[in-house]
Amino acid sequence: MTTIKPIAAALCAGLVLAGTTAQAGEITVVSWGGAYTKSQVEAYQKPWMAKTGHKIKSVDAPNPAAPIKAQVKAGNVSIDVADVEYSDAVRYCDEGLLELIDPAVLPPAPDGTPATEDFIDGGLTDCAVANIVWSTVLAYDASKFKGAKPTSISDLFDVKKFPGKRGLRKGAKPNLEMALMADGVPAAEVYKMLGTPAGVKRAFAKLDSIKDHVVWWEAGAQPPQLLADGEVIMTTAYNGRIFNAAIGEDKPFEIVWDGQILDFDLFVIPRGAPNKDLALDFIKFATGTKPLADQAKYIAYGPARKSSGELVGLYQDGKTRMGPHMPTAEANMKNALVNNFEFWADRDSELNERFNAWIATN
Amino acid sequence: MDGTSDAPDGLLTTGDGTPLKTALARATRRAKLKAVVLVLPLLLFVLVTFAVPIGQMLYLSVYSPVFADNMPRLSAYLMANPVTEVPGEAAFEALVLDLKDARKNRTHAQVGTRVNYEKAGSTSLFKSTARRLRKIDGPPYKEKLLALKPAWDDLHLWTVMERAAHRHTLSFYASALDLGYDAKGDLVRAPEERRIYGLLFQRTLLLSALIAGLCLLLGYPVAHLLANLPLKYSNLLMVLVLLPFWTSLLVRTTSWITLLQSQGVLNDLMVWIGIVGDDGRIQLMYNQAGTVIAMTHIMLPFMILPLYSVMKTVPKDFVRAARSLGAGPVTAFVRVYFPQTVPGIGAGVLLVFIISVGYYITPALVGGSSGQLISNQIAFHMLQSLNWGLAAALGALLLGGVLLLYWLYDRLVGVDNMKLG
Repeated sequence: MTTIKPIAAALCAGLVLAGTTAQAGEITVVSWGGAYTKSQVEAYQKPWMAKTGHKIKSVDAPNPAAPIKAQVKAGNVSIDVADVEYSDAVRYCDEGLLELIDPAVLPPAPDGTPATEDFIDGGLTDCAVANIVWSTVLAYDASKFKGAKPTSISDLFDVKKFPGKRGLRKGAKPNLEMALMADGVPAAEVYKMLGTPAGVKRAFAKLDSIKDHVVWWEAGAQPPQLLADGEVIMTTAYNGRIFNAAIGEDKPFEIVWDGQILDFDLFVIPRGAPNKDLALDFIKFATGTKPLADQAKYIAYGPARKSSGELVGLYQDGKTRMGPHMPTAEANMKNALVNNFEFWADRDSELNERFNAWIATN
Repeated sequence: MDGTSDAPDGLLTTGDGTPLKTALARATRRAKLKAVVLVLPLLLFVLVTFAVPIGQMLYLSVYSPVFADNMPRLSAYLMANPVTEVPGEAAFEALVLDLKDARKNRTHAQVGTRVNYEKAGSTSLFKSTARRLRKIDGPPYKEKLLALKPAWDDLHLWTVMERAAHRHTLSFYASALDLGYDAKGDLVRAPEERRIYGLLFQRTLLLSALIAGLCLLLGYPVAHLLANLPLKYSNLLMVLVLLPFWTSLLVRTTSWITLLQSQGVLNDLMVWIGIVGDDGRIQLMYNQAGTVIAMTHIMLPFMILPLYSVMKTVPKDFVRAARSLGAGPVTAFVRVYFPQTVPGIGAGVLLVFIISVGYYITPALVGGSSGQLISNQIAFHMLQSLNWGLAAALGALLLGGVLLLYWLYDRLVGVDNMKLG
């Protein structure tokens, strides 16, 4: 139950956030909660606070992008830094809700490579600086399977072979992509297919086949909880959450890398943030080579800087090598899809409306 | 003349000689002023924190100036020239110049998003066009723009822009009623796979009525006990009613999750007793059943308290008198006791119903897909899709529906018949 309470609390984060005001020397950082926020607190926030003497107020939200528009439009911004998904970073930037961040101010890699070349392609946009590469994967509880175990994304949709409830994220993204991949569409053609009405129909038809077997989750901390409670036998989840439950808490969870969908998480500063300069200073520090590499010590997300890759070593338990658990590890990338933010910036409202209609009608 | 005064001109005056009428008027005015001053803080508070923000929010459902503000030339053109086909050079010139300005102000994507509400794909069209506009430095604008982006040669897009150019619009209400505009600009029903709000409004009203009914069924006997038990027992019972009422809503909802989930307490109990097998556990949560169970529990105090306060005032002698005059227990209840509790029932049912209609967190947590209410969609458009116009339109419809039901209730039962305590 301990994980569900913060989720619920986060549901009204919009309200809570509106009531908080930052003092001088304190910035408010909003992130996704759970093991993920913990890794950021350990790798970014504590070292920054120790270095500068400033304080950080860490707030959890199921989607940290959500409160930004309300705050900016109301002219009452309390968030200084938010950790958001790629499509939201691009959309909010386009809508003028974020401060511009000049990549030239970011520190270079230890060997002198400028930040613009050190970040993975796409990791820097007009308003956002990437910190990690994460992915949505299929995960299952190995102790619940006596014989065959799920090996591909199609198994998520195969209720004959693997009867039982499945957990899916409540939203069009990334279920539509996964449905198409499970239906045999190669990763490279998924977005082309989804751009056509027939492709959308095909994705929904595939989702239809498991609709009665789905438990929908919203916050990233929910899927490991659902697996642990035995509410579902398999679920889509953020890979880092599953890693932490499996390695950190010794749960018998396994990840199916087939059909994983990669995405960036990026730091943004809402337009009119109360402590803009401190916020930028925090982002400059946190997305430096070492803090990014350090974060991998606490959760299995890949650092967004190339120069951090070499520094990634062991998990905090001191024995697990993090490399093979990264979504970007070569063995895990065989059938992987990179989230197309342009597609979602464009079709987000249309497809989500349709998804909501689909989910509401039984 | 009653002799209060004997002024020579025949007017009544007070002791100091002012006419009584004036003095009275002054006294009443002062009393009224005092009353106003006392009420003023609350009035201002309600106005500033409640009426004004709600009014502003509701106004968003018909007011959408983002296109007109950021595309002034094109809006002026579209207001003056109704679109019947893809327009000519003048319109394209206005479009290109406006888009160039909008890009400078970083507002072009906002404009695109507004158009995107009614025509998917417009956000990226606006963005990608704005990025490449440097290539167009002079006329003929239409030819050059269409060469760059043929997608602008689309009547549907232009009819959408024509509607968006008006600051006041009904298109959010159209969407909220599962309607939409076709390429020619005529109002039509949304495609079947996108109709959702009608269904959700219906579900919200039905489930709220069901919850109010269940609360009444469960709350009535409890309220009766509360009102009639000896004080030392009824105090304890009252604490039992109030304790959950004082407990955080989230705590109560999450406790229901522990109880109801398929590996939860209730299911474990049923498997242990043997009512269901281990593989036949009943799905009590993440569906409508979950919403109804959890919300009935959360709403119960709102039913019990008004019922209790009314039952407390019903003299016990009446039922006794009815019994001694020969009425059986059922008749005495139906004809004597029950009618006297109707004001409490009215208040309780209305209170529970209206609160349920706008409920959001509990269905979001335990409702799964089939237990979602219209409030969850409003929250979705406020927080996720950021389409505040549509959220406001949905909210306004909900508010209008509740007021309508309240009016109906007033006509049928009478609001002055209602007692809240």
